Amino acid sequence: MSVKVMVPTPLQKLTNGKAEVECKARNIMELVDALEKDYPGMKERLSDGGKIRRFINIYVNEEDIRFVNKEETTLKDGDNVSIVPAIAGGHR
Amino acid sequence: MTYVNGLRCVECGREYKIDPIYVCEFCFGPLEVTYDYDAVKRDMTRRKIESRPHHMWRYRELLPVDGDPVTGFDTGFTPLMKAKNLAKAWGVKEVYLKDDSVNHPTLSFKDRVVAVALTKAREFGFDTAACASTGNLANSVAAQAARAGMNRFIFTPADLELSKTINSLIYRPTLVPVDGNYDEVNRLCSEIANKYRWAFVNINIRPFYGEGSKSVGFEIAEQLGWKTPDSIVVPNASGSLMTKIWKSFKELEKIGLVPPVTTRVFAAQATGCNPITAAIKEGSDVIRPVKPRTIAKSLAIGNPADGYYAAKITRDTGGYGADSSDREIVDAIKLLAEAEGVFAETAGGVTVSAAQKLVESGKISRDGTLVICITGNGLKTTEAVVEHLRKPDPIKPNIEAFEEFFKKIG
Repeated sequence: MSVKVMVPTPLQKLTNGKAEVECKARNIMELVDALEKDYPGMKERLSDGGKIRRFINIYVNEEDIRFVNKEETTLKDGDNVSIVPAIAGGHR
Repeated sequence: MTYVNGLRCVECGREYKIDPIYVCEFCFGPLEVTYDYDAVKRDMTRRKIESRPHHMWRYRELLPVDGDPVTGFDTGFTPLMKAKNLAKAWGVKEVYLKDDSVNHPTLSFKDRVVAVALTKAREFGFDTAACASTGNLANSVAAQAARAGMNRFIFTPADLELSKTINSLIYRPTLVPVDGNYDEVNRLCSEIANKYRWAFVNINIRPFYGEGSKSVGFEIAEQLGWKTPDSIVVPNASGSLMTKIWKSFKELEKIGLVPPVTTRVFAAQATGCNPITAAIKEGSDVIRPVKPRTIAKSLAIGNPADGYYAAKITRDTGGYGADSSDREIVDAIKLLAEAEGVFAETAGGVTVSAAQKLVESGKISRDGTLVICITGNGLKTTEAVVEHLRKPDPIKPNIEAFEEFFKKIG
């Protein structure tokens, strides 16, 4: 499953400045592991103890995963995943 | 002399030095001010506090400023009123109103947070104060920044109550009404804060600003004779006030000024904007954002920044939450006015209504001391009640006309 991931500015240091990366994963935790493999350091910025950090919002095609199936939210080919820190009080 | 140690991420515990920052750069959690509590314990005694003037700075060891305050010299130490009539009507042993509807200078609890924020902004060297606001904060930033000689930019949803808008404009800030709800205004302000070197009191100054709310809790404890109440009902918008009142109680316990705290904390929201009370009732630790639709505009934050922590405090203390419809809010505003002679804004209606429901459902014990936080003044939200009051027709200036009138009201 190849998905597109939008990376927020503060995490682009880890992706060599790339704002958008491609990943293969079947669900959110696999996605985190896949990102970690390609961009070491990503996993601990996004998650803690197998859970997405409280102030990281992840949207799959604009849907907040907290209201889908959290870390187990499944991904399919061509999905757009956005990682958005909750610092601005929400998602645009 | 300062007792501040630094800033710490509430989530991951990473520490930062004092700067106008508000987010952990590692995990994006909120930052909180930490203090040297041993030094505070040594220096902040009951006797010392009681010898100081009756304003919020009497607790200055636990407020995050280094030097002398620049504003807020008449702010705080508002009445803790015994509400005998409500207590009788509800069958509760003791009910008190913490009445910030008469806070100085702009008649809401926001005067407390702004006093700290502007003092800190000055210490950081800012010359411009700004805020995203549902109205009360706008009023207070406009007024206090005027007095402190700072430039002031106020961003609010465009559909605010007329009185709240007038209460900002009179201090001649640059008012920027935004076509959008508070959450959208807040997001815009976060972008502006990244670009302009302004002190946005509730964005880049937020860790310091929030600490000002602790003075509500310090005062309640002192006014109760250095103890905390059995129950407290607090209105929730972002959730910050409630978390800070709780922090203030725990700090007083830590420095030995009050006995161990057993207070139960209860959250009040409007049903038309209840992301926090909904999470409390569902027993969920996830705050689901909502699109606000309520007359309680000062509480209309659909995506509350401190919602998670607010819900957690109610859980941890054995408290709960309640929310009220627009009609119930108006009825509670009228009840408070008729029973206790206090005219609160819509948020006060929310709190009183919630308190009543929580007492009636047995969530709040009738045997204890209950404190209800009134955070703003009814004169600012007259639109909410005007349709629910009957203004009598005038009479001719003679005794017959009066007697006719008197007969009619019989």
